[in-house]
Amino acid sequence: MSDSVDVSKGLPPNPEKATLEGKNKFLGFWVFLGGETIMFATFFGTFLGLRDGTAGGPTASELFSLPLVFIMTMLLLTSSLTSVLAMYSMKKNNFRNMMILTVVTVILGFAFLGFEIYEFYEYVHHGGLGFTTSAFGSSFYSLVGLHGAHVTFGLFWFITLMLRYSRTGITLTNAPKFYLASLYWHFIDVVWVFIFTVVYLMAIGGA
Amino acid sequence: MATATATNTNKSVLWDWLTTVDHKKLSVLYLIAGALFFLKAGAMAIFMRIQLMSPENTFLSGQTFNEFVTMHGTIMLFLAVTPLIFAFMNFVIPLQIGARDVAFPFVNALGFWIFFFGGLLVSVSWFFGGAPDAGWTAYVPLSGGEYGDLGLDFYVLGLQVSGLGTLVSAINFIVTIINMRAPGMTMMRLPLFCWTSLITSILIVFAFTPLAAGLALLMLDRIFGGQFFNPGSGGNPVLWQHIFWIFGHPEVYILVLPAFGIISEVIPAFSKKRLFGYTAMVFATLIIAFLSFMVWVHHMFTVGIGPITNSVFAIATMAIGVPTGIKIFNWLFTMWGGKLIFNTAMLCASSFVPTFVLGGVTGVMLAMVPVDYLYHDTYFVVAHFHYIVVGGIALGLLAGTFYWYPKMFGHMLNEKLGQLMFWMFYVGFHMTFFIQHILGLIGMPRRVFTYLDGQGMGTMNLVSSIGAFMMGAAMVVLLINVVYSAYTSKRITVRDPWDARTLEWATTTPVPEYNFAQTPQVRSLDPWFYEKVHGDGTMKPAEPMDEIHMPNGSILPFCIGLGLFVWGFGMIMMQMENPLIPEWIVIGAGVIVTFGSMMLHSIHEDHGYHIPLDKIKKTEKEVS
Repeated sequence: MSDSVDVSKGLPPNPEKATLEGKNKFLGFWVFLGGETIMFATFFGTFLGLRDGTAGGPTASELFSLPLVFIMTMLLLTSSLTSVLAMYSMKKNNFRNMMILTVVTVILGFAFLGFEIYEFYEYVHHGGLGFTTSAFGSSFYSLVGLHGAHVTFGLFWFITLMLRYSRTGITLTNAPKFYLASLYWHFIDVVWVFIFTVVYLMAIGGA
Repeated sequence: MATATATNTNKSVLWDWLTTVDHKKLSVLYLIAGALFFLKAGAMAIFMRIQLMSPENTFLSGQTFNEFVTMHGTIMLFLAVTPLIFAFMNFVIPLQIGARDVAFPFVNALGFWIFFFGGLLVSVSWFFGGAPDAGWTAYVPLSGGEYGDLGLDFYVLGLQVSGLGTLVSAINFIVTIINMRAPGMTMMRLPLFCWTSLITSILIVFAFTPLAAGLALLMLDRIFGGQFFNPGSGGNPVLWQHIFWIFGHPEVYILVLPAFGIISEVIPAFSKKRLFGYTAMVFATLIIAFLSFMVWVHHMFTVGIGPITNSVFAIATMAIGVPTGIKIFNWLFTMWGGKLIFNTAMLCASSFVPTFVLGGVTGVMLAMVPVDYLYHDTYFVVAHFHYIVVGGIALGLLAGTFYWYPKMFGHMLNEKLGQLMFWMFYVGFHMTFFIQHILGLIGMPRRVFTYLDGQGMGTMNLVSSIGAFMMGAAMVVLLINVVYSAYTSKRITVRDPWDARTLEWATTTPVPEYNFAQTPQVRSLDPWFYEKVHGDGTMKPAEPMDEIHMPNGSILPFCIGLGLFVWGFGMIMMQMENPLIPEWIVIGAGVIVTFGSMMLHSIHEDHGYHIPLDKIKKTEKEVS
């Protein structure tokens, strides 16, 4: 099998899919994201089914505040944009730009995570909504917490890649790796858009 | 890429098998693990039938019976049939599509070890106060914190881990079939076993993820005080049933579709005809897969969801009969006018057809909502699904075993013992399960550990038990056959002992680690048959002879599986009364081993090695 690619004249235009291994990873990861979508859908369904089960505890509209969620949304959406730009740099074989943009992505991701932890802390200690308070509390924390766990994993993934490949430049081996991490990051972002709509907007808008 | 030197020298046998990423070796590992779990769950079934042999029997206590019912179902579906199917998928798919290995050999090994350690986690529950006892469906509140004991924690965590292994394996198979096909092997030339494996893998990706979510919810409820299924705090127990059956119904098709695929390989091979209606078969498979996600409420007709919902799901369920009927007729027409050879593989495959029809007919009966209120939770249901899983899947797996055994192990299974096994199994099967339809119709509920005398159930239960013993004896004959044939059967040196049609028979026996010295050029459906008739009996190569790139073995899949086992066990320790060591140490160790191994794999670039040309030429000369 010929997975050798001629790199004597520089990287091919799509370095992430130039080798068979890269192609396989690309397809496999998309399938994985399909599975992840269904898993999140199950958690969304659980939340939608149980969000009115407050058992006398705090309700969604009492707790949520749009300004905080707006800031979090902006942070995550911007991090997705910088992640796209990083991939553009990768395709142009601009290693330095790619690394800078990935660093920005990671910083924005950590900011988002900080706000989320602050949000949970507020709800538990000042809002009176714990994980065990009601079915609404359980389903809220598990859905948004699962997303937060994905963000955390994504951040550590980016950091591992950046440390490992800090000096190598873009190669046909690491291009698919950066590309998949970026795909994963977009997926997390899309899930957040749904959380923003289904969890927060629908609660505050009263739908 | 840098050429590392060949590293496969001087490895001990054990280390070789623990670190292997070769799809053929992993297939053998799957086969052994699946067979062991199968024997365990089968023994439980025998014990249950001994208990039910006579009214008010006291052979097993009610608690033990409940544990056996639960473990029999759980093991058979998740830990026996799934790995046995994966054994065949692993061995056959790369050979049938003309590939050197699967797309991700590392992930292949990872899938096996995660599955294995997950199965182990479920199994060790016996040593910690008893196995799960809430049925394989683990309905809440029976499986919740209030009623379910420690065994349920093993169920939840063990299945979570083993499900993860199944999921990554499925992703691997999807990518393999789509990306790794040999030149000329278009999708519509794909052997039907590959098609059904592809569809099964897609179903796994979309069905095992809801299961993972559902098990996570149950775990959060049990261990961390979640309120998902607690109506007192706004939760809803029916939610579990929905999530479970959104997984549970496709699961049936996940298991039966590869069996369909095996049948579709075996019947043409021993009818000496091409498969009738190949295209219709492919599209029937696709339709079955699509509909399988549309019918889960038929397991919940008696919950009280409402007549409209029930009707919609009833009609969707009956609709599945149409594509399945297409398949049945295609198998019949394949045999029609063929030169039939009734060896053990063909006996299993052809008897599959009428048996499966019986299971399908009772399935359509169960789909009718009003009468389902009568059938629900009786032995009629037990009889129905055993006609599918034993009469369908088990016969398919037996057919596959006898058909591919010479390619996998280099010798055939003894034909006399094989036919003895078949007849004992087949007669025993119908004796066990046909009569259970009637038991159900006269009102015997399922999952009860005993029944009263004088209700007309004694004789029929005795007949059923005798049938079960016959099936058990048939499995013993199969085991004897495996050992006997290993010592007495002639080594096979030809490529194609069955005079079959598909590409796996174009490889030499035994199959070299790189499968094909030169990737074959596929010119038709049933490419091997085409070359035998229209060509010179050998596959045309699609590439010049060159050195072959191979992946290195790795111990990391084993480590990740072990790490997940330790993590799962630590989570269960949170529920134990007095664990010997603090549970967070165990959980932490498991997490560190798992993610540490993943990180090591990510950081360490392993480009594999190349087999030099002269070594390939030497191997090719030896085997041909």
